[in-house]
Amino acid sequence: MRAGGLGGLARFAFVAGVFALGAWLQARGTLPSILQHRGDVIYLARQHLVLAAMSGAMAIAVGVPLGILLTRERYAAIAGIVTQIVNLGTTIPTLALIALAMSVLGIGAPPAVFALFVLTLLPILLNTVAGLNAVPPPLVDAARGMGMTPGQILRRVELPNAVFVILAGIRTALAINIGTVPLAFLIGAGGLGELIFTGIDLMEPGMLLAGAIPTALLAVAVDFLIGQIQFWFVPRGVNPLR
Amino acid sequence: MIRLEQVSKQFGPVTAVDRVDMVVPAGAVCVLLGPSGCGKTTTMRMINRLIEPTSGRILVDGRDTATVDQVSLRRSIGYVIQQIGLFPNMTVEDNICVVPDLLGWPRAKARKRAAELLELVNLDPGIFLKRYPKELSGGQAQRVGVVRALAADPPVLLMDEPFGAIDPINREVIQDEFMKLQAELRKTVVFVSHDIDEAVKMATRIAIFRDGRLIQYDTPDRLLAHPIDAFVAEFVGSDRTLKRLRLIRVAEAMMADPPRVTAEETVETAVGRMQDHGHVAIVMVGPRGRARGVVRLDAVREARGLVGEHQEPLPGVVNVKDDLRAAVSQMFTHGVTWLACVDDEGFYRGYITQTGITRMLGATAGEG
Ligand SMILES: Nc1ncnc2c1ncn2[C@@H]1O[C@H](COP(=O)(O)OP(=O)(O)OP(=O)(O)O)[C@@H](O)[C@H]1O
Ligand SMILES: [Mg+2]
Repeated sequence: MRAGGLGGLARFAFVAGVFALGAWLQARGTLPSILQHRGDVIYLARQHLVLAAMSGAMAIAVGVPLGILLTRERYAAIAGIVTQIVNLGTTIPTLALIALAMSVLGIGAPPAVFALFVLTLLPILLNTVAGLNAVPPPLVDAARGMGMTPGQILRRVELPNAVFVILAGIRTALAINIGTVPLAFLIGAGGLGELIFTGIDLMEPGMLLAGAIPTALLAVAVDFLIGQIQFWFVPRGVNPLR
Repeated sequence: MIRLEQVSKQFGPVTAVDRVDMVVPAGAVCVLLGPSGCGKTTTMRMINRLIEPTSGRILVDGRDTATVDQVSLRRSIGYVIQQIGLFPNMTVEDNICVVPDLLGWPRAKARKRAAELLELVNLDPGIFLKRYPKELSGGQAQRVGVVRALAADPPVLLMDEPFGAIDPINREVIQDEFMKLQAELRKTVVFVSHDIDEAVKMATRIAIFRDGRLIQYDTPDRLLAHPIDAFVAEFVGSDRTLKRLRLIRVAEAMMADPPRVTAEETVETAVGRMQDHGHVAIVMVGPRGRARGVVRLDAVREARGLVGEHQEPLPGVVNVKDDLRAAVSQMFTHGVTWLACVDDEGFYRGYITQTGITRMLGATAGEG
């Protein structure tokens, strides 16, 4: 998220839009019916976040190291095959993935976390591999030629030069993750999906929006947060935002 | 000193380097030269073991590199590549300090060194230390690349076409800077190039490669004067004699301590002095010895009066520090067969003639 410029304008438009929407909903009498679900929203949002955080953290913890391993010279032979498989994995529809997880792990949070983990893992892994592969070979050659050990090359040269792309993968993956958590309700894992799907069933737009709006806000917030991390923690020399 | 003994490198069916024997004396600049794919880079990279030789031995300062740990070997050898390879995530300062940091130098000592090195290549540390590579021009980046290799003061420097990506004008400048640096630091340098002019300018020794074989290993002058075969002759170019002109300074080829006259002396004195030396012209100098003009014999033989009344302007002069190419160029420009040679202050130091130059080329070619 760029500070100032277009990004600032977009954010302003977004906030203005939210206000306009709020005013419109108030006028139609929907807002009071949303607010009526306040208690549920807070409880379910926490559940929602826990599902997202657990699956997201696992995906990062597995995806980034796996991506690093796949770009090491000695795994070069299998790296191609693994990325092929991973690419194939991304084409499986989310709902099918969740259904599969349920058929193996049963009902409740574990299958939901697992399905979300797989869903989040793929973009993180692919971006980690892409980011590391995009590090110009002369940098690695210079680092070797100056006497860095493979570990030093990874930590001081490869990762810093790939971290922006890796974070971009995490950013997209987590936003998708949060937006997908509502489906977890379908296999009994709770989350804001409960309000959304129940709202649909009962034809109660207030309830539906009480689930949908916080979901959207959470996704935007996480996106913003990681955008800030990208902005401030990626070294200035390799940060396209600065 | 670097010694290669029967060094070969095989890449599958390709013999990239074929039984090369070579000694680079300490403090020498050895330029590896040859057409694309002849094995220059491979030879260079075997010295710091970025490539392991298939057979043969390489000794750096008497130590067999195969017995030294790769990582510590590389930290003791400076490394510069054409793509420069500055780390974009680090400031110029941190880039320069990479090897000192790896070697565990105290932080303050390393940073101080970085500032000193930048000054050596005419980059203001106050401006550049905290910059990132993306904020440098190509020439600035390459200068940083060179000083980064020098940071830990390694005795040996490997450079693979370090100035290849720089435009011709800046390349000359940065070559000159490097030569000045080298005159001071006296590193043992192995320098890969495919530019014969660059090689002639930088090298104490040139190694010509062809298909992985070392064909000729000689001083630039001997290489240009006596190419060992038709391949080398063609590679160094049909203008090789002109190239040799760049290798010799005016001071080496001129006649020093020449006769001269002052403006206050009489024309008869000038004529007498010319006849004594068998010259057809004589340079007129100012009171402290600066070259001011010329008196020509056929113009003043019958004349009377003072030299000052008959002198003509000098048709061009050369600096004693210029190379013979500059001198010959001046001669052609002014259509003359001799030139007065002056030093930086303009003092008259000698004269140089076309026959003198020809004799000089013949003499050095025969040496050794
Ligand atoms: N890693 C490698 N694997 C296989 N063949 C290689 C490898 N590196 C170099 N070669 C081959 O070895 C030969 C010498 O290559 P090298 O890079 O030393 O040439 P060079 O003289 O530096 O050429 P250039 O002027 O184009 O840089 C070439 O035929 C090249 O194709
Ligand atoms: Mg090469």
